Amino acid sequence: MAERKLFKSSKFQEVNAAIKKDGAAIFVDKEGHENLIIDNPYAIRYIHSYAEDSPFFLGLAQGKLLGTKCGPCNYVFATPRGNCQFCGEPTTWVDLPLRGRVHTWTTCHFGGEAFLKETPYNLAMIEFDGANSVLLARLKDCKEEEIYVGMPVEARFNPKPQYSITDVWFVPADTDSPKARRK
Amino acid sequence: MFLGHPNEKPFMKTVNRVTISRPTMTAEKKRDVFSGMPTPSSPKRSGRRVYMVAGGVTKFAKAHPGMDFRLMAKRSFDQARAAVPNLTLNMIDGTRISYFSDHFTRQLKASSMVQDYLGLNPRGSVRIEWGGATGGENIQAAYEAVASGRMDVCVATGFETMSRVPTWKGNEFIALASDTNFDFPLGGFYTGYYALMVQRHIYEYVRRKKFAHITDEREAQRKAIEYGTKVMAMVSVKNHKNALTNPYAQYPKDLNVNDVLSSEMVSYPLTREQICTMSDGAATVILTSEERAKELADDAVLIKGVGCGTDTMRLADRPFGKVILMPHEKASDYADLDYPGVHSFRAGRAAGMEAYGHAGITNPNKELDFIELHDAYSSSEIQTYEDLGLCKYGEGYDFVESGAPFLKGVDYGFPTPKAGMIPVNPSGGLIACGHPVGATGIMQGVFALWQLQGRIGEKFGSPRLQIPHARRGAIHSHAGTGSAVTVTIMESTKQR
Repeated sequence: MAERKLFKSSKFQEVNAAIKKDGAAIFVDKEGHENLIIDNPYAIRYIHSYAEDSPFFLGLAQGKLLGTKCGPCNYVFATPRGNCQFCGEPTTWVDLPLRGRVHTWTTCHFGGEAFLKETPYNLAMIEFDGANSVLLARLKDCKEEEIYVGMPVEARFNPKPQYSITDVWFVPADTDSPKARRK
Repeated sequence: MFLGHPNEKPFMKTVNRVTISRPTMTAEKKRDVFSGMPTPSSPKRSGRRVYMVAGGVTKFAKAHPGMDFRLMAKRSFDQARAAVPNLTLNMIDGTRISYFSDHFTRQLKASSMVQDYLGLNPRGSVRIEWGGATGGENIQAAYEAVASGRMDVCVATGFETMSRVPTWKGNEFIALASDTNFDFPLGGFYTGYYALMVQRHIYEYVRRKKFAHITDEREAQRKAIEYGTKVMAMVSVKNHKNALTNPYAQYPKDLNVNDVLSSEMVSYPLTREQICTMSDGAATVILTSEERAKELADDAVLIKGVGCGTDTMRLADRPFGKVILMPHEKASDYADLDYPGVHSFRAGRAAGMEAYGHAGITNPNKELDFIELHDAYSSSEIQTYEDLGLCKYGEGYDFVESGAPFLKGVDYGFPTPKAGMIPVNPSGGLIACGHPVGATGIMQGVFALWQLQGRIGEKFGSPRLQIPHARRGAIHSHAGTGSAVTVTIMESTKQR
């Protein structure tokens, strides 16, 4: 059987490029050892249940923002959770207002590989009247230089729900821009 | 009103629609949130005295394609063994082995393969994983094995091989250590989470304090961020420059503040030079009982105190309550502060207080000679100064400008009047050394050991980073957005 001729280099970047093309290559390290490097892809489909968080994601599909409340602690979680983090008691579902304010924010110019194509994107933690904790979401229809802590924002919902946290996002409230009014 | 935000002042005129009013969360309720916190005076059952006798670390690098995780771990172990030639394999009772992510390794139960390579079967071992704090947690797990009397000699080895995927896939893997229902799908990006935290930190402590006099809200916030990031850049300069004489560091660099600020924007306001990198690397420390320590080394270092704290995985769940006070603080210092919110690491405060209490430390600035802390971001180093009580909450930026965490005798390109007061990350920290997660906290242990043994000159080939007469130091390991933090206090036992 004929041995396959493999690309050989002491530059790891070149080796990485070569394995994408040929499936294998040889990296020569400083000590002169030849290290066989192979391409080794990995993909998987998870069967992911939202379980006790399900009502929140079903709510997004109906244009509703749901939090949870701990009765004994009188504490409203804007990011819902099935049990209270202070006393451990089960919580109940409550409606959150669709308007809030930016508690803190950033603009990401990079992201996890799956999100690179969406850069730059804004992240903001949103505080709501009547809630004790905040919600992390994307902030759209505004530029980096326009965002500030305390900025009033309102929720928008994906008309074609993907059953993901990205089904809700926020836009600056009370702007006249047609984008901000977009459903 | 936003109830979690009890003392927020109404905004200024340019943001006239916003009114955030007084709290409904009572002081009583705030107290409840933090009941059961340890205080520095709480008694501690510490078990047997535990010593660190040796350590080893591979150079941290972007990629070590010539070494898999077994070989890296073995090399760090061999280096540690070389420092204690009287230690035979027979004397080792067991190991604690750590790595963060099975995704990076793509080899489940990789710790078993390390145990095998070290030649230590059939002794007891267990894998330790605790996010970014994996290495620090591993040292404490080994500490517990010895303190409890279960082992006389325990080897703590950690590694990570992050080069096996491209950088941005690696970021995705790391972000799987955030809530995958609520956080991950928004960007899968830890730098984004830390940027959110420092933005609020700047808002709380710079905009609302230093720039309180500016009435235009947006102008005040912009100025606050500009000031905050300039100070953060000073931290990056410090750590990169310290590392210039650390041969184990991945990215020693001679930088200035402007270089840091003008490097690529990753997640506003964090630029590339303010963020640690992905690395391949391994590190090992050997912990022993007092009796064994005496047999093996004349410069063993005592583990004087251990502490660990935790917080919610989701940043959004962090409560808005009262500061857990250290001896140098009064409740009145924080009358208008909601804590920890998303600006501070409650787990770091809890870990620090437990460790200080254990070690009998009441004033860390006076009773510690240096700290190796988890500066995954320049911002989190500043936040951590405050958590660990090197200054009060809100004083972190002034603390940097005072020069206190800088090394004496190093020219950083700006004034550092109090340099040498309590050097932080003399090794260069994560920002300059790299962050092979499972090894990182152990690497800190190795560098702290060498500092306390006075061996930096011997190990680094230059005495520049040796802190004169270092007697006691702390290492601090930190997991995702502060969801877990460990602090370990180490003390030299040899008069030098």
